[in-house]
Amino acid sequence: MKQPYERPTLRKLTAGALHKFGPRAGAAPTAALDGVAVAELVARFGSPLFVLSERQLRRSYQAAVRAFGTRYPAVQLAWSYKTNYLNAVCRTFHQEGAWAEVVSGMELEKALLNGVPGPHILFNGPGKRRTDLEQACAVDAVIHLDNADELHLLLDVAAGRATRPRVALRVNLDAGIYPQWDRFGFNLENGEAWQALGRVVASGRLALVGLHCHIGTYVLQPKAYGVAATKLAALARRCGRELHTAIQYLDLGGGFPSTNTLKGAYLPAADTVPPLDEYAEAITGALLGAGFPADELPLLVLEAGRALVDDAGSLIGSVLANKRLADGRRATILDFGVNLLFTSFWYDHHISPTREFSDQTEPTVLYGPLCMNIDQLRNSIALPLLAPGDTVVVHKVGAYNMSQWQQFINLRPNVVMIDEAGAVHIIRAAETLDYLQQLERVPAHLLP
Amino acid sequence: MKLKPNIATSEAGFIFNPATGDSFAANPLAADILARAKAGLDAAAIKADILERYDVAPGQLEKDWDDLLAQLRDFNLLGEAESEHQKVT
Repeated sequence: MKQPYERPTLRKLTAGALHKFGPRAGAAPTAALDGVAVAELVARFGSPLFVLSERQLRRSYQAAVRAFGTRYPAVQLAWSYKTNYLNAVCRTFHQEGAWAEVVSGMELEKALLNGVPGPHILFNGPGKRRTDLEQACAVDAVIHLDNADELHLLLDVAAGRATRPRVALRVNLDAGIYPQWDRFGFNLENGEAWQALGRVVASGRLALVGLHCHIGTYVLQPKAYGVAATKLAALARRCGRELHTAIQYLDLGGGFPSTNTLKGAYLPAADTVPPLDEYAEAITGALLGAGFPADELPLLVLEAGRALVDDAGSLIGSVLANKRLADGRRATILDFGVNLLFTSFWYDHHISPTREFSDQTEPTVLYGPLCMNIDQLRNSIALPLLAPGDTVVVHKVGAYNMSQWQQFINLRPNVVMIDEAGAVHIIRAAETLDYLQQLERVPAHLLP
Repeated sequence: MKLKPNIATSEAGFIFNPATGDSFAANPLAADILARAKAGLDAAAIKADILERYDVAPGQLEKDWDDLLAQLRDFNLLGEAESEHQKVT
């Protein structure tokens, strides 16, 4: 019997590269996902392959509900559709009790088709068209007003309706973090939000039911949410006092981080990202201390996306080729690139081999298969000596990749979900050239 | 494949270049190849031995052999003639 082969390689020893995390960080193999062997998944569904864990989806949702629900009496999660709007994912969260947070007419339709009752749909987004507003009014979704033009357009739409459309005001505010997001909604500090609230109530054509803010994305300071909650609660109380309008819910938006490591971060995110409980503590502490009578506490709505879905997604891929760059660095070409892993622009994704290797690793540049210079997945990662045909798993890719992916140069692959019993289901089939071309039309003069 | 005469190697795969102070770690197969080359075996004999003992296709070994030479060249460990003429056999 012959010995297993591993290509001959050298590694330059540099004292400065030693650190407390050890030489094999990231190289421990991931041979199975939710108990299903990676090799079996690739054999059945091909490579690359997105894999979603239904168990982890539910676990993350329940953990979020627990974090907030054990601290505050009335909590509602609204699943952020844009984060991953594959129907199987949305329906898993809706089964758990999530409402839908949508940001376009298309997402609104998707939520309705997924069986979400209109009143349980929160319609955010800065670019709502008249038809979107009419559809939202027709199903009694709550429209989160983003700007004055939209407010006046909705007043126009509402003029001919028997019932008043329900609205919430999107508010941007200074929560003490940089950058301060001010492109969504009406500003609090300069009085714009209060002016808009006055106009909504005075119109008599809209029912003001909520206040909303979304302070940022991947926000690492729980205290910022506490500041936002305090300011939003004060605004709600002022609505009660001066506009005689009881605010039914406060929506603190999303932006909670996952444990993916941002590019340029010195320490891994697992060591630096605060647990969701700290965000829950900051928000609920602020609301409970805001002076609402105990029986008039507003419903707390959260639009979690990334924090619910990132951990549940994995991407399996294969090594197509290895090469050496001009400066001697090793480069490995994988069968997926930034076309599928959009988040590699933001994160240094954790990537694992799927079988045992020796302790040898080599600093490697990871490229995708696109004929584009930007198609680089990791600038430097310590990986074992992968050979063509070896597979890898990219962890925590559930957020944004399956909605921001591009059909570019290659077709998009299968997406499967492993259910809680371990059965594997295709939830989005691999694209075909026919699918890609079915919407194209060739003018007659270009036909043979 | 000939290393520079002043390069020190150990059985465990430690390589030291006294001219520059650089040190390197070779994985077991690379250490084995360097030891055999130092003992005077030529490339063909070393490759035949590897094909005999390891589960590897000849084509893959040839690719990896070229890559090892590229690394030795990049790290400035190859003898002058080997480095200049880029002999690969």
